[in-house]
Amino acid sequence: MRNHLVEELVNLAQKDKHIFLLTGDLGYGVLDDFASKFPDRFFNAGISEQNMTAVAAGMALDKNTVYTYSIGNFPGMRCLEQVRNDICYHNSNVKIVVVGGGFAYGQLGMSHHATEDIAIMRALPNMRIYSPADPMEAIEVLRRANEVKGPCYIRLGKGKEPELHPELLEYDVEKAMMLHEGQMVCIIATGSILGEAKKAVEQLHSEGVEIGLYNFITLKPIDKEAIKSIAAKYDYILTVEEHNIIGGLGGSIGEELAELPGHRASLIRLGLQDVYTSIVGSQEYLRSYYEMSSEHIIKKVKELLQ
Amino acid sequence: MNSLELAWNMRKDAIEMVHASHASHIGAVLSVIDIIAVLYTDILNIDPQKPDMDTRDRLVLSKGHAGIAIYTALAECGFFPKEELKKYYIDGSVYSGHVSSKGIPGVELSTGSLGHGVGVACGIALAAKQAGVQNHVFAVIGDGECEEGSVWEMALFANRYQLSNFTVIVDHNKMQAMGSCDDVMALGNLLDKWRAFGWNVVNVADGNNHDQLREAFCKKKTKAPNVIIANTTKGKGISFMENSLLWHYRDPQGEFYENAIKELEEKRP
Repeated sequence: MRNHLVEELVNLAQKDKHIFLLTGDLGYGVLDDFASKFPDRFFNAGISEQNMTAVAAGMALDKNTVYTYSIGNFPGMRCLEQVRNDICYHNSNVKIVVVGGGFAYGQLGMSHHATEDIAIMRALPNMRIYSPADPMEAIEVLRRANEVKGPCYIRLGKGKEPELHPELLEYDVEKAMMLHEGQMVCIIATGSILGEAKKAVEQLHSEGVEIGLYNFITLKPIDKEAIKSIAAKYDYILTVEEHNIIGGLGGSIGEELAELPGHRASLIRLGLQDVYTSIVGSQEYLRSYYEMSSEHIIKKVKELLQ
Repeated sequence: MNSLELAWNMRKDAIEMVHASHASHIGAVLSVIDIIAVLYTDILNIDPQKPDMDTRDRLVLSKGHAGIAIYTALAECGFFPKEELKKYYIDGSVYSGHVSSKGIPGVELSTGSLGHGVGVACGIALAAKQAGVQNHVFAVIGDGECEEGSVWEMALFANRYQLSNFTVIVDHNKMQAMGSCDDVMALGNLLDKWRAFGWNVVNVADGNNHDQLREAFCKKKTKAPNVIIANTTKGKGISFMENSLLWHYRDPQGEFYENAIKELEEKRP
């Protein structure tokens, strides 16, 4: 995902000399192409996320589009107040690119698990949040974020995520993407864990059970119309996210649901149940351990259908 | 208007503003007023008719609690009518205690949380350097603010990228919210600290002396970023406020207000 995004960033930077990239000393081997093609527009800010973020805010106050790049919680939570005061309050045109959303760096431990970041970034006015599920979505997201004048938070996986879309989508990433229709239960997923949701839906389909599946690439601004129509059509919405169930995808959908008048779908949130990850493991292992793998999704759907 | 006249007007405006609004931080405002006055009269390339001019010099007040010093300078220099200053602290106005850029022409950045503005200013300087703009970026920070780690992250960065178009001025009044800087969190030798970070360091023995400040601003180097350590007096210009922690917080009312105005009138340039 990150390689595709950086490749696309190089393409964009070729056309726009106002694009800059700052890294917090991460991205070894990943950012080389950008750095060698645009040495005057690439800066390693060192292991100093507060300053990287403030500098980016200053650079992007006028004409520039400035990308900051780092891992997990570092470019967002580590320097949250710089994101709030320096970038978001001034609507500075900074795009925060985060590699390692959720358990992408599963073996590295909780410091490297970005599992509350969406909730925290979502609370900041002016911020847009994108959570692509695969390389093609990452490219589309980058194009969209680059057009937007103002702060964006782009939450990537790591690399080698399965390709869920064989080709570029040319799709409005800020609209919810319907991937499957069904009855009773509709799954809503975001980020690379969409792969698990897709697997679950396909397995159920092979068993003759048809449920809905929506992909929310954009978490802010969230597609309220889609939520409204899903809530009207289905009895249950099952959100799946590699994130705390508080404040992320499930939280966002819940807020919208609560404001809908009349009868509407009930919400069940799969994700981290307000805990820190104190064990390590592969992304796959941790998804299973924290009960958000395709098996757990299928089990939950079957419980609901009983 | 020369810098001494501007500084005097700013002091008068400032006393009136904190008196009317019951605002705090007058000590910090009086400390930094001379630095700001010299910048606006003799150093900054700015135009009150064109506050957004691309090639303008930029001044970021990182010690945002001294916002009055910027508001009064801008009003006195014609960026907006002086009447506006009466809106300070008033319900519904944009004139917040900590300096605000929203809706106020001439203010470059909203600050208030310490250790932020100086990093953003560093980014403004980097962007200007990359674009080949021949301007200069200034950031004013407090000495207590130098306790923020982000200041030193910035110091490393500006040196690494040799931002010679960037000058930080430290308003070194040696006092902070709870006491003297030495007691709260000893800063040691600030000159040596900045030198060790690779900066072109200029010491101003009396940071409230306009001639000394003007001379310091002329000592820019062509490579490294510049820092001016201005040894100022907190509460400068109102004798009973000078070097008094109480006046970090208190607003002058009654006799205090009258005596402050009286003392200022006696010192009119």
